[in-house]
This record gives sequence, C-alpha cells and structure tokens, in this order.
Amino acid sequence: MTDDAGVSTAVQLFPTCLGDVLARQTVDDTERVLTALGISHSRPSGTTCCGQPAFNSGHDHPARAVAKATLRALDDGSDEPILVPSGSCTSMVRLHWRELFHGTPEAEGALRVARRVRELSSYLAEHTEALRALKPTLAVRVGYHDSCHMLRELRIKEAPRQVLATIAGVELIELASSERCCGFGGTFSGRYPEVSVAMADAKIDDLEFAKIDVLVSSDPGCLMQLAGRMSRQETPVRAVHLATLLCEALA
Amino acid sequence: MSATREDVGGTPLPPGWAQPAHQPDAFEISTTTFEQRATETMARPFARRAIANATDHAAALTTARFVGIDHDALRDKARQIRAHAIANLPDYLDQWIDAAEAHGTIVHYAADESEARRIVAQICRDEAVTRVVKSKSMASEEVSLNSALEAIGIDIYETDLGEFVVQAMGDRPGHVIAPILHRTKDEVHALFSTMAGRELPNEAEALTAFARDRLRHAFLTADAGISGGNFLIAETGEVLLVTNEGNGRLTTALPKIHIALVGIEKIVPRRRDLAVLLPLLTGHGTGQQITTYVTMVAGPRREQEPDGPERMHVVLLDAGRSALLGGEFEEALHCIRCGACQNVCPVYRQVGGHAYGWVYGGPIGAVLTPLFRGQVEGGELAHATTLCGACDDVCPVKIPLHDLLLGLRRRRDEEGCVPRSEQLAFALWGQVWSRPLLYRASTAVARGSLRVIARDGVLSAKAPLLRRWTAGRDLVVGRRRS
Repeated sequence: MTDDAGVSTAVQLFPTCLGDVLARQTVDDTERVLTALGISHSRPSGTTCCGQPAFNSGHDHPARAVAKATLRALDDGSDEPILVPSGSCTSMVRLHWRELFHGTPEAEGALRVARRVRELSSYLAEHTEALRALKPTLAVRVGYHDSCHMLRELRIKEAPRQVLATIAGVELIELASSERCCGFGGTFSGRYPEVSVAMADAKIDDLEFAKIDVLVSSDPGCLMQLAGRMSRQETPVRAVHLATLLCEALA
Repeated sequence: MSATREDVGGTPLPPGWAQPAHQPDAFEISTTTFEQRATETMARPFARRAIANATDHAAALTTARFVGIDHDALRDKARQIRAHAIANLPDYLDQWIDAAEAHGTIVHYAADESEARRIVAQICRDEAVTRVVKSKSMASEEVSLNSALEAIGIDIYETDLGEFVVQAMGDRPGHVIAPILHRTKDEVHALFSTMAGRELPNEAEALTAFARDRLRHAFLTADAGISGGNFLIAETGEVLLVTNEGNGRLTTALPKIHIALVGIEKIVPRRRDLAVLLPLLTGHGTGQQITTYVTMVAGPRREQEPDGPERMHVVLLDAGRSALLGGEFEEALHCIRCGACQNVCPVYRQVGGHAYGWVYGGPIGAVLTPLFRGQVEGGELAHATTLCGACDDVCPVKIPLHDLLLGLRRRRDEEGCVPRSEQLAFALWGQVWSRPLLYRASTAVARGSLRVIARDGVLSAKAPLLRRWTAGRDLVVGRRRS
C-alpha cells in the first residue's frame, strides 16, 4: 500500500528487545503516532533481538543464533518497510547483518531485511506534512542527543530534528555535546559502570547548562543510560524517546 | 671532561632531581584492570576536568584547522600513502637503510623491546656516554629505555617540556602529543618551585624559563642525544622530526652522538608524500598548519659542516610491528601518532591515558596494546570503548578503529581469553533468545520481576544481577510519576 507520493503507508514494526522489556512505552507510542498518521502497522510475530549485544562483544556465534530468529520473523516475503524505534538496532540489521550472516544460508535473507529496515525518525521525516496537519503542540525546550550508531553509522542527523520541528511550541536547543557518546555502549555500561556513569554525567552537565526541559533521543539504549542517571541524580530534566514526545504533542 | 661540564652555562640540576623511570615490569597492565586504573585517575582532583578541557580544546583546534579544506579528500590520500607504504614495508625499509647508510648513518634493527634497550645501551657504552638528552619519543616509552639506561649509570634528561615534568614527577606520558595533559599548571608550578628551592611565579612564561635554564645546561653537557622520529623517508634515508620547542633540533645536532629510535612503520616512500602527511599530522596533533620546527636529519656531520653529531645511529624498532603485516590488523600500522583519536574519545576524556595501562591511551591504545603486548596483558582494552565511532571520523589516515576494536573482541573470544562467566552468559543468552517462545517467556519474567521490585516505575535498589548497573543509575522501567 502506498500513498499518492509513493510513500509506503503499511509498515511493520520491530520492537527490539529493549522495546520488549524496558522501552515498552516507546513501542506503544510509536504505534500511536503511526495510527494518528493513518499508517497501518503490524508487529511481525517471533522477533527477538538483533544480536547486537553479543556481536559487539565479539561473540558471533550466539549473536548469529539470536539474530537468525529475528531474521526469520522479519523476512516474510513482503517488501513493507520495517520500522525500528532504535538507531542502534537499525544500524545492526542494516549494516552489520551482512557481515554476521556472510557465507551462511541466511545471507540473502539478511540482505533483504537490511534493505527494508528504517530507523523510525528517518521514516517519520518523510511524513512531516502529514504530521503538521495533525497539529502537534507542546511548549517545551528540547535538547536532542544524537546517538552514536545513528549518527556515525547510519549518518542520520537531520531527520529527528525535522520531526521535532513539526511540533508547535517546541524550541530546539542545540547542545554543545549533542554528538558525544552518553557512555551506554551496550555491555560497556555493565563492564565499566563508573566510567560509563562519568560519561553520562558529562552529558547531563551540559543539559543543565542549556536549561532544557526535555532531552529527546531516538535510541532506547542511550535513554536507558541517561534517564537512569538523571533519575538517580534527580536532574530536573526528562529524557524521552522522540515517539513519546510526539505522542504527547498529539494528545 | 666532566670537570668542564659545569661551566658551560645554564643551571645544573642537582642529583636526584628526577624520580627513577618506570621499570618495564612496573607497567600496571599486568597487575591491574582498566577499571581500577580508570577509577584511580577519576578520583584525582582536577584530573578529569584537565583532561576534558585539554582534549576538547585540541579537538576544536583540529576542526578549525581544516575549515574550508577538502579534509576528507586529504584523508583519503593520506590513507592511500600509508596503506601503500605499509603494504610494501620491507622494500621501503631496505631502500631507507641503503640511503641512510650512504649518508654515514649507522643502522640497527631491534626485533623486540629488550633488543632495543640492549642496542642503545651498547652504543652508549661504546661511545663512553654518561649523559643523555632526549627529545620526546613514544618508541622509547614502549621499550622503557630510560630505566634501562639509568640502570647502567647514565644521566638522562627529557628535554620536551611535558616530558621533563613527567620525568621529574616519576610519571608517565598520558597522551602521545601532550604528555602532561592530565596535569594542571598548579601542579607544575608546585613541582618547579620545589626543584628551584623557591616560589616561582605561577605563570607559563616563568615556569618555562625555569625549565629552559636547567635544560640548557643539560644540552651543553650531554654526550648523546636520543630522539624518536615522526617519519622515515625511504628515498632520502632521512629521519623527520616535528617539534615546537626546538629541543628536537638541539638533541639531534648538539651532542657528539645522535641516536634515533624509530618504529619501522614510520616509513613513507617519498619526500613529496609529506605534502599530505605533514599537515595532517600537525593539524590533528596540535591544530597547527605546521610545527615551529620540522627537522630532517640525514646522517652525521659532514666535512665543512659547522654542526651536527660525529656519529648518528638509528635503531629501527619492530617490537610486534612486522607480525601485523598482511593480517587482519595491519591497518593499525598506518597510525602516525597524532593523538586525534584520543582527543575525541569520550572514554579517554574521562579516564586519560594511564587507564590504558601501557604506553598508548585512547582508541589507538586499545588497539595497539593487545597487538603489541598480547591478549593476556592488553586484551581487555578492546572492551574499554563504547564503539561510538568518533575516532573513525577524525583519524587523519582513516584507520577503521571501530572495526579493529571489534575484531580484537572477536579474537579474544576465539583465543579463549574471555572469562568463563561471560562465555556462559552469552551461550545461555543465545540458547534462550534464539527461540521466540523462550524469548517471550524470558522477557515476560523480566518485565514481571521489574514491575514487582520497581517503585513508581523506577528501580533504584541494588538488585541482584543488576548491581553493576544500579550502583550509579536507576533503571527506569515505566513512565515516572511526577
């Protein structure tokens, strides 16, 4: 199904493991936004995780086993875009599955899925007209955190800002450290908790300096890190996913 | 000779002015973890702020330096030059040796660190050297040259201002370009005032003047100068050095013996390659178009020449480099030691260079240390990064540091260097999450447990399994009530 502009209006949604456990709100909010836009969406059954935690730890074998389950669920013969509300997981499927499944029977399927996955904000940025028509409104000062994999692997920087710009009342404050890593780094956050927390603090100092109300990102991993530290420190700034902010603005 | 030594000008440093250099086995890498070393630096007052300020400043200078220049095209060109030089390293090295020997340079080859120490010590014995001035050399740090020479009774004077401080403090360089990036001016002021025996003005000029006066005497009385080298130019047999303080020029020209210790990977085919590499090195190192001094040394003093050493020795250092040729990690040899990856690394920004436990810190250190020192000693470092990719984007010769780090993590797994608990955890994870039914069951259990132990959607208690996470952070499970 496509609209007049040839943009697909039926999509699938890969919640990712974080979306299945900690970031359920993000997935729900993503669905609400899509529904408001009149984009039909479904969650393929049987997805698990993209395999990134093991892949980035150097354990290709379990990474492949887990990613294979998700690959089977996503490679369903359709060519609908698969939206992922996580820059990091999108990057894993889009760029690293090729390497992970190289020389295996799943290699072709991995390429098919890699071509279909879309990072959520980059997809929504193609629907800014439709978004504006819904008159999203929220009077907040927003800072945006560019997540590393989305910025430096997928090279997506403008799309989430374009989406934020559709919300009336949002004032986007560019943070000096918007491109600096938050210290999550997947298993890094558990291997080196003190360094990881120090890295989060360096970002959080900047947020306070910029006097923003909400920190927005497109990666549940970074948000888990930053919101977790901000909650512990009782920082008076919220950290939310772009989908959540959009949802609030549409409410 | 030593009788006249003290009358040449400048103020001599008293015996015992410097802390003894680190012994090779004193490198903490084999006895402590990255986490322990990082925590140590982070606990030091002002260290984190000093490192963050210095690296942010350096990174900004580099960015500013290449505004209006097709930086990416320049980097591509540099990458080609480095890749070509390293792919043909044995040939270019032969060419360099022939050309250098034609100039009268005495060339040595050190297969490993101990051989490098032995060769330099032997040269010093043969030439009756008792006092050495050194210009900054990371290769000499690799082989722990200072402690080896101290052990045979040689006085050593580090003449780079930063390295002079490092030596006096018994510290180690914390950065490839800025050795005391982790120190504050106040610390240097306190140190120099103690050395001077009086309170010096706490101003950069006064502190530099103090060091210059002491070093002047050392330069004028040393029997040998030891330097590193930024490039070896194959077609001319030259050693190229970039410096800003002039100490490199004095080290290589004033004493009767010059010894350069240079990694074999520093080879470049032609002088004209420097048109690309030199501005990238200086622009990424210090943000300069070119350094104050660029010194190209080709052999000892010739007849008719007014200055220069009587003899010039070059010790070519292998120490793990040739083993990388043709392999998965060959690109690590492309490095020109500019320090740019350290300046943009968010981990280095918090922990500094010493946390990496050996000579090189930051992303390139996390790559070189396991490759040069082995998995057992250095393998952990590949995990001491978030794979954020900032280093890939800045590297002037486009070393794919992210991929090399990932490759090292894989190699660690393949070579069985991963802790058993980690192996088991990932194996179990793989078994459960590769089956959608078990996955759904496990995530349902996780959600249920979190809901039970969380309060207001926030888990702040130190829960089992999550202890390392929740020590400094909450786990925000649901929307927070406000």
